[in-house]
Amino acid sequence: MNITLRLAWRNLWRQPRRTWLTIGAMVFSNALLVFMISLQFGMYDLMIDNTLQAFTGHIQVQAPGYKDDLKMRQVVPAVNALASDIRRETGLDRVAVRSAAFALVSSEDRSYGVQVFGADPQHEAQVSSLPGLVRDGRFPTDANAQEIVIGAVLARNLRVSVGDELTLLGSGRDGSFAAAVATISGIFDSGIADLDRNIAEVPLGFFNDVFYMEDAGHAIVVVTPNLDDVEAYRSRIESLLPVGSNLVVHDWNALQPGLKQAIQADLSSAFFMYGVLVVLVAFSVMNTQLMSVLERTHEFGIVMSLGLTPGRLGRLVLLETVLMGLAGMLLGALVGGAITLWFSYNGFSYPGMDQLAANFNLPSRFYPQATLLTLFAGPAVVFIGSICSATYPALRLHWLHPVEAMRAV
Amino acid sequence: MSAVRCIDLCKTYRQGDQDIKALDHVSLEIAAKGFVCLSAPSGGGKTTLLNAIGGLDIPDSGEVWVAGQRIDQLSKGALASLRLQQIGFVFQAYNLIPVLSARENVEFVMQVQGVSKDGRREKSTAILKEVGLAGLEDRRPAEMSGGQQQRVAVARAIVSKPALVLADEPTANLDSKTSDELMELFVELNEHHGTTFVIATHDRRVMGYAKRLIKMLDGRIVDDINQRAA
Repeated sequence: MNITLRLAWRNLWRQPRRTWLTIGAMVFSNALLVFMISLQFGMYDLMIDNTLQAFTGHIQVQAPGYKDDLKMRQVVPAVNALASDIRRETGLDRVAVRSAAFALVSSEDRSYGVQVFGADPQHEAQVSSLPGLVRDGRFPTDANAQEIVIGAVLARNLRVSVGDELTLLGSGRDGSFAAAVATISGIFDSGIADLDRNIAEVPLGFFNDVFYMEDAGHAIVVVTPNLDDVEAYRSRIESLLPVGSNLVVHDWNALQPGLKQAIQADLSSAFFMYGVLVVLVAFSVMNTQLMSVLERTHEFGIVMSLGLTPGRLGRLVLLETVLMGLAGMLLGALVGGAITLWFSYNGFSYPGMDQLAANFNLPSRFYPQATLLTLFAGPAVVFIGSICSATYPALRLHWLHPVEAMRAV
Repeated sequence: MSAVRCIDLCKTYRQGDQDIKALDHVSLEIAAKGFVCLSAPSGGGKTTLLNAIGGLDIPDSGEVWVAGQRIDQLSKGALASLRLQQIGFVFQAYNLIPVLSARENVEFVMQVQGVSKDGRREKSTAILKEVGLAGLEDRRPAEMSGGQQQRVAVARAIVSKPALVLADEPTANLDSKTSDELMELFVELNEHHGTTFVIATHDRRVMGYAKRLIKMLDGRIVDDINQRAA
């Protein structure tokens, strides 16, 4: 082993308690970072999946402008044929046609304005978790049945239950008056108040008849096997669109900009906290190295008198920090990885979390996801922060005079 | 060519409200292969002169020349390089690196000099044998006696065959037998390797080994005796 490396290593163990305390601080913060980042990223994936699979899907094909202005006449023509093409060419099963209209829904006592969706009973359950969230009754199975599924909050507001009839009043695609009576076949409870209050679903065939959609629809909803595949499938679907159709393919980020913003906001606040943690560790390292440099002032004077430059001594101090940082990083990643692994099998929860999670359509236990990024990103930042913090003690050596240093006790 | 030439050196330290003249218009010349003792009572200026010659301290005025090179105007880096390549230091308190073994202490300077691993091993083994420390190469300073530590310090100072060795009270912490052994080693190195020695001491036994004795008092040279001639 190189003598400088040996010297750096042995210097660390001159004060083993101090070195262990500093490495301990690194290990603690690194393990915490590994676990928190793994938990956070696991939670984000879950949050994205749950939110998107509730209704939006990962990708939607729409008419241009429909996303921002939900006009009835902005449709995808020959929508069923295009959906079949997409299923066949991409190999994806989870593809469903959906249409939407705003309507006044009335029970015997009350009326509310809601967004009524026409959903394909055969495919809707593959792109949306709503059919699976039907608490009372069932989701329609016949595409032409005059049935409707509403949210639990809307049912409460309308004072209706399964088997009751609702009247729908709205405008058809051609601007005509659209009216129908549908029997409540099911009531869903997604846990998301907005969905449960403002959404109703009817079979697509029935919707097309009532709102005069003919063979058109408002969206083809696609769910990909996982989030990382979205961009590839988006491009593939784009290439399948009829030439000159002007149709657009949106990914989940465009469809649910609020979701990404919420994640980014959460990340920002979390990274602020992580930043504070890294700064605290960096100060701890700086304190250790400063003490170490101060108590070795006499020795540094000696080696300078032997011909060592301050730069070389500074590099020695940095090398000591690198060794300490590497030990902290590896042990921290190991401890954090082990904790993360345990929770990734057993899940993580705390009192009151189930209620909070339900607000975001999340399960009551989170499962952290350990990846190379979550294992080493945090510890690497702590490592770099430690090296940076050691530059001050290392730089101090540049102002050291051998004679004065040798006089130090 | 002179190994060392000092011209009209002055150095003043401030201690509290007082200015202390550590060097007061000191001029001297030491020939190559010289063996010189600087003798002075405590505070007489011998360590300051030694530090000025070694480039560890910069005089307020005057010139210092080592091996034909003026050094009092050199940069920190150039001075470090000069000390590394041409000057060996031996201190009163041995000043070994405590976490390194005897061999590693000797090899450390050579590594900085860029000597290969094999070269370092060969030279350190030879020099430690020469200073009588064969078999103790792997001991750390704390596991060695004062005399043994000082021998390691000497080995470290001379392993790269510097032209000049500066020793500041090298025997101050040694018993008389060990002091004699150390001085005999210095004499041998001076005679066989042609190394110039400048030793600051107030030990009369050490002065007895010197070819030339320079006496200082209050920062001035008060006597310069050629002991061989005497």
